[in-house]
Amino acid sequence: MRILSIALNTFRENLREKLLYNLLFFALLMIGSSILLSRITLGDYHRLILDLGLASINLFGVLIAIFVGIGLVSKEVDRKTIYTIVSKPIPRYEFLLGKYCGLVITLLANTVVMVAGLLIVLQVMDVPITSLVFKSLALIFLELMVITAVAVLFSTFTSATLSAIFTLAVYVIGHLSGDLKEFAKKLDEVSQMVVNAIYYTLPNLERFNLKGHVIHHLDFGMTDMALSLTYGLTYSAFLLLLASVIFQRRDFQ
Amino acid sequence: MEHSNIILKTAGLRKTFKVGFWGREVTALEGLDLEVKQGEVFGFLGPNGAGKTTTIKMLMGLIYPTSGQAWLFGRPIGDQESKARLGFLPESPYFYDYLTGLEFLQFYGHLFGLRGVTLEKRIDELLELVGMSHARHLQLRKFSKGMLQRVGIAQALINDPELVVLDEPMSGLDPVGRKEIRDLILCLKESGKTIFFSSHILHDAELLCDRVAIILKGRQVACGRVSELIDEGVAHSVEVVIDGLSPEGLARLRQLADRVIVQGPQVLAVLPSRQQVGPVLEIIRGAGATLVSLTPHKGSLEDLFIREVKNKQPELREAV
Repeated sequence: MRILSIALNTFRENLREKLLYNLLFFALLMIGSSILLSRITLGDYHRLILDLGLASINLFGVLIAIFVGIGLVSKEVDRKTIYTIVSKPIPRYEFLLGKYCGLVITLLANTVVMVAGLLIVLQVMDVPITSLVFKSLALIFLELMVITAVAVLFSTFTSATLSAIFTLAVYVIGHLSGDLKEFAKKLDEVSQMVVNAIYYTLPNLERFNLKGHVIHHLDFGMTDMALSLTYGLTYSAFLLLLASVIFQRRDFQ
Repeated sequence: MEHSNIILKTAGLRKTFKVGFWGREVTALEGLDLEVKQGEVFGFLGPNGAGKTTTIKMLMGLIYPTSGQAWLFGRPIGDQESKARLGFLPESPYFYDYLTGLEFLQFYGHLFGLRGVTLEKRIDELLELVGMSHARHLQLRKFSKGMLQRVGIAQALINDPELVVLDEPMSGLDPVGRKEIRDLILCLKESGKTIFFSSHILHDAELLCDRVAIILKGRQVACGRVSELIDEGVAHSVEVVIDGLSPEGLARLRQLADRVIVQGPQVLAVLPSRQQVGPVLEIIRGAGATLVSLTPHKGSLEDLFIREVKNKQPELREAV
């Protein structure tokens, strides 16, 4: 119940944040602009609308997760609002989970708005809406949950600005980590071990990217879906556990 | 713990911080021993940077002690059950400024599992108590500092705590605001709560506290009842004004007084203690002079404070 109270308070805090609406506005603008772009595209405009729409939802979701997410904990510490919470009978991990859930609720609300925008565009432009589109959207949301957990982890021990930079770095590396594995194959044994260790530690965010499947109508079975879901949820849970351990030991000065 | 009426106790509480690139160790608090009894108003006094906030943060579970122990309600600090019986107002509180007064108190109420009519009733009572009923639908960002302090106290009282810990509740407030907070503290004491507050404003502490502890640079230098601390080792000086004193009388007076100032027919003498009052009265009677006034000078916490700073540790002088 206490986690829910903190989550709802975080959600309310986010709703009163102007940044959120700016990002949401641009996301909808991007999704909408695909209608215009499709008019000047030769050939298959379905691809363009789907690609641009899904990419917009992904990009703006990540921006919201990072820029609203980093403020979650570090802002509470910087502004000393955490003093009145930690002195109440609430274990620190509950506070952290509450903040995390609050942002996930915010992201869910935003994603719903963006998805509604995309579905309207798809409907208007007569693009067939397949189950693959929804699978892709589900995995985009899962990726946002992982990124939020990364942002929460960083913001438990560093400042808001540094958390933003680190989280953004993890996002970029997370999408390139496949290359890291390829790169490792060309190295000597020791270097290979090091690079592989980095590969397995960092999140492989490409697992959540189904845009190629959607555009090229490639199948993505339920087993694959279940694997990606398990991976995303386990990875987030692990990050939150680590964040809780760090947060528990921290002095709020 | 052996005495059930001791609500807060610390034993050798110590905290060091690492500062700078090389992690130089700085001692913020050096072996603090305190006992706060049920129902008393306890003032925790010291200049800025003395270690008051560090101590309070340790008691509230915000930072961990380097060594030593502390108990609240007989349980080690950080215990969730003892936190449920506690109310805390941090120094210069920053709250969720996007919330209205009502939403703010509802949020803290929910954290204690209070809901529905019980919570609404509690919030009404608290807003009434701190005189903020008019601001229930106003966002906290529009509050003045005094209003924030009052709604902060309401927040600290939402769970009807037995112990209320206030960190510098009067700092940054105007005289009216300070008086309101003082009245509020007395009102809480009347309702049977124990109050532990830190302050560097000694006048407020003198008016409010049953007992005080004074810390300087992380060390406790005095602890006890305000009246005892003020009296302890202080010979109360007495100021006498006499009219028409003869030259012989004046000469005898000079032997007894610390200082004698002659202004026309009147003589002002400062006697070092009350013991000299009797002999001086005899001089006046003998010389046929008139006693105009006799004013005993009572020591204040401020005198004590400055004396402690000057006497106990010369290196502490820079702290004030």
